[in-house]
Amino acid sequence: MENLEIILPEIFLSLTIMFLLLFGVFKNNSSKLIYNLTTLSLIILFALLLNLYQVSDLSIFNNSYKVDSLATFMKLLTIGSGIFVMLTSSKYIEINNINKMEYPILILSSILGMMVMISSNDLIVFYMGLELQSLALYVLASFNRENLLSTESGLKYFVLSALSSGLLLYGCSLIYGFSGSTNFNIILDNSSSVQYGITFGIVFILVGLAFKISAVPFHMWAPDVYQGSPTSVTTFFAVLPKIAALSVFIRFLYVPFAEMNDQWQMIIIFLSIASMIFGAVAAIGQKNLKRLIAYSSIGHMGYALTGLAAGTNQGIQGSISYIAIYLVMNLAFFSCMFMLRRNNEYYESIEDLSGLSKNHPLLSFSLLIILFSLAGIPPLAGFFAKFYVFMAVIEQKMYFLAIVGLLSTVIAAFYYLRIIKIIYFDKEKEKFETDHHFGLKLTLAVSTIFILAYFIYPSGLTEIVSKINII
Amino acid sequence: MDFPIISSLIILPTIGALFILFTKSSNSKYQSSKYVALFISLANFILSIYLWLIFDKSSINFQFVENREWLSGFINYKVGVDGISILFILLTTFITPICIISVISTIKHRLKDFLIAILIMETLMIGVFCSLDLIIFYLFFEGGLIPMFLIIGIWGGERRVYSAFKFFLYTLLGSVLMLIAIISIYWISGTTDVEKLYEIGIGEQYQKLLWLAFFSSFAVKTPMWPVHTWLPDAHVEAPTAGSVLLAAILLKMAGYGFIRFSVGLFPIASEYFVPLVFALSLIAIIYTSLVALMQEDMKKLIAYSSVAHMGFVTLGIFTMTQQGIEGSIFQMISHGLVSAALFLSVGVVYDRNHTRLIKKYGGLVTVMPKYGIVFMIFALGSLGLPGTSGFIGEFLILMGTFKKSFLVATIASLGVILGAAYILWMYKRVVFGEIIHEEIKSMKDLKKFELLILLLLAIPIIFFGFYPEPLINSIETSVTSLIDNYNINLTQSIAKK
Repeated sequence: MENLEIILPEIFLSLTIMFLLLFGVFKNNSSKLIYNLTTLSLIILFALLLNLYQVSDLSIFNNSYKVDSLATFMKLLTIGSGIFVMLTSSKYIEINNINKMEYPILILSSILGMMVMISSNDLIVFYMGLELQSLALYVLASFNRENLLSTESGLKYFVLSALSSGLLLYGCSLIYGFSGSTNFNIILDNSSSVQYGITFGIVFILVGLAFKISAVPFHMWAPDVYQGSPTSVTTFFAVLPKIAALSVFIRFLYVPFAEMNDQWQMIIIFLSIASMIFGAVAAIGQKNLKRLIAYSSIGHMGYALTGLAAGTNQGIQGSISYIAIYLVMNLAFFSCMFMLRRNNEYYESIEDLSGLSKNHPLLSFSLLIILFSLAGIPPLAGFFAKFYVFMAVIEQKMYFLAIVGLLSTVIAAFYYLRIIKIIYFDKEKEKFETDHHFGLKLTLAVSTIFILAYFIYPSGLTEIVSKINII
Repeated sequence: MDFPIISSLIILPTIGALFILFTKSSNSKYQSSKYVALFISLANFILSIYLWLIFDKSSINFQFVENREWLSGFINYKVGVDGISILFILLTTFITPICIISVISTIKHRLKDFLIAILIMETLMIGVFCSLDLIIFYLFFEGGLIPMFLIIGIWGGERRVYSAFKFFLYTLLGSVLMLIAIISIYWISGTTDVEKLYEIGIGEQYQKLLWLAFFSSFAVKTPMWPVHTWLPDAHVEAPTAGSVLLAAILLKMAGYGFIRFSVGLFPIASEYFVPLVFALSLIAIIYTSLVALMQEDMKKLIAYSSVAHMGFVTLGIFTMTQQGIEGSIFQMISHGLVSAALFLSVGVVYDRNHTRLIKKYGGLVTVMPKYGIVFMIFALGSLGLPGTSGFIGEFLILMGTFKKSFLVATIASLGVILGAAYILWMYKRVVFGEIIHEEIKSMKDLKKFELLILLLLAIPIIFFGFYPEPLINSIETSVTSLIDNYNINLTQSIAKK
């Protein structure tokens, strides 16, 4: 028997899911309890993973499942943000009447799928993780059954995602056909000569992955799904699947096909440029905050991909740092959205923020910090995210990519400024409620302080990330 | 030096800002916030004076250097001062308390936030002037956008939103190219430490592009023609204190950047682009002076005059002569004082009459004699009358320019005449003449605090006009070493060919 203890977190999570499912079925009205147990189990999971952090570069199941520094760090990010998503949304799901016992369990299974994706070193394992994650997400998107938009978004996501999974599977089969294996390392050995079949396979898989992180031109689903899903699910959508998909991107591109980077580099560059420009331009006209953040996340994914285009360890590390900072900013932003509550109703239009600074100085100050950080203005954390990525890109002398990227930050700055303008310069409206859940306040405080004070000690993140060497 | 005096200068205002943020003061008066802000800014001023006194003026090295590991492995937090930067620090710490006094007494609406913004601004501005690492410089340089955006946007006039956006996006657009250049420098030379870069130099083949990237940022910030259009808008809509900060210090960041980075790091490219800078500076001097002549809004007029004066500054820097560069630095300090004073003077009458249109005034001297006198000093300072600091700067710049090119200097001298024309004409229309408008008659003369801050500004303008030695003395060695370094680089590059 192989040493199973390195996948202890996954085993623990699977058992938790099964236990909670049984528990929920046999005990009535247990949704609140299950919700809290879920948060607790995520915290335990986080601790377990931290414990495993020293263990590096292990693999199990015939080298098809990897536990290395990349996997552990990305899992920590996933679970960490999972905890905060749970903390922020507890009140929201109560008020919107979606606190069913399935809700947290679906979140857990989706996280399990992500963990499998992150660790996968094999096309089949990766696909299994992806589907586990996606299936849970389809249901979550349409969780608010009485809401038309929510149902629509679930269906839309399902149809489009199924299509992309189909393309992805087709790519997998092409690669299997031409290289004779699904294992990344064996593919690496078998595909030294240039074979068109493999190139096609790479393209199809990249399409599928680009869909998952909503990179242009495979972004169509994102705005509708972001807007339609319950905000708690949107928070989840905006952060966690991106971490998992990005780590698959890294492993898939840099383990089997690192030497073929002339074949796929152009695709990544195109995806990132298109996403950066489209994300910046399309967000300008938006009126709904969730829709706006959907476009903004399309743009941000463009920046994360920029790092991957560089084709170096520095670039990969840049992308990982980017996603780490991005998720903090997004969590902070969504915590602010959860605070826009009046008489048990949540507000999500930009106009509702009008004059917020008069009545809620602290909340608007946090939003100010978050939005400037999303725009990438120094000395906030968002600037460093971009800085790391462009550092790698310019090292490779890809000046065009760097210039396009930074110019689109200027365009993007416009719509972030527009929100700040509405918050700070416009006439005030009615007050929002201020009695927020402790978890929500904690999340907002922690993330805002992280964004604001990141520049004091930026080496913390870089030191951790610099240990991740894929190439 | 064990005590981190530079870092204290940088961080002190932020501490004050945090203090104000967390103190509760009664909503209407903000007494404690006022005193904290004033106290902190004065303490910072005294600290910078102390720094100036213990500063060794004969040394060409950077002094009080602090070098700490920051982004492990590749970027250090490095700050220090030389003769040039210390003057700008003094200017900053001197102007900030004046701004604060003016804000305390004129702004009623969200005063606390305004004080916080000014103090944060002070931190960032001092940071710009003493950072010795390009990345650190960029952080401070760009960080200033956030508080300034808020100052214009929250406390500004009617078209404040438009102006704030224009200001922010223009400057951001210029700066992103500089960021690319900074990162490129890191990969070319392996460091962004300015001192080391001075020693090892930057490869000749890269210099021109890098110079242009830096130029795009500084030209917007200076502002040079044709990217100056954000400045009049920003000035007109900004509250008085915002205009003062903008004109007195923010514009100087770019002039300082030209000296420290464009000339210091890319001597060969600088030499190559001298004609470009001269042409743009001359256009700025002549064209914006003519535009200023036609302005009906006092603030707009002063804003355009700022563009013209900054044209002199860029002209002087790129003469690469001792007189030219010293003159430019002097002109920047002097313009910092004079433009601040002019904006405050306009603010004084604006607070009383709520208009800045020149034609709404006239005959002020009969109702506000004291105002007439101080305003006269500043107007004369702005046009560069001998005996005011404005004269020394312009004179030195022209002297340097004559060395380089007779034609350029002649055209630039025209700007001096135009400068006198627009400012005196405005002065005449506002202060002299018959009282046409009824409202003017009821206007009261300067209040005590107004007289105080205006006199505080008038003293150095006149003092340095008669006795420029303390300032020149402090920059002389640094400028000499800058020019020496520049010439050595040039001769080496010619020798290679």
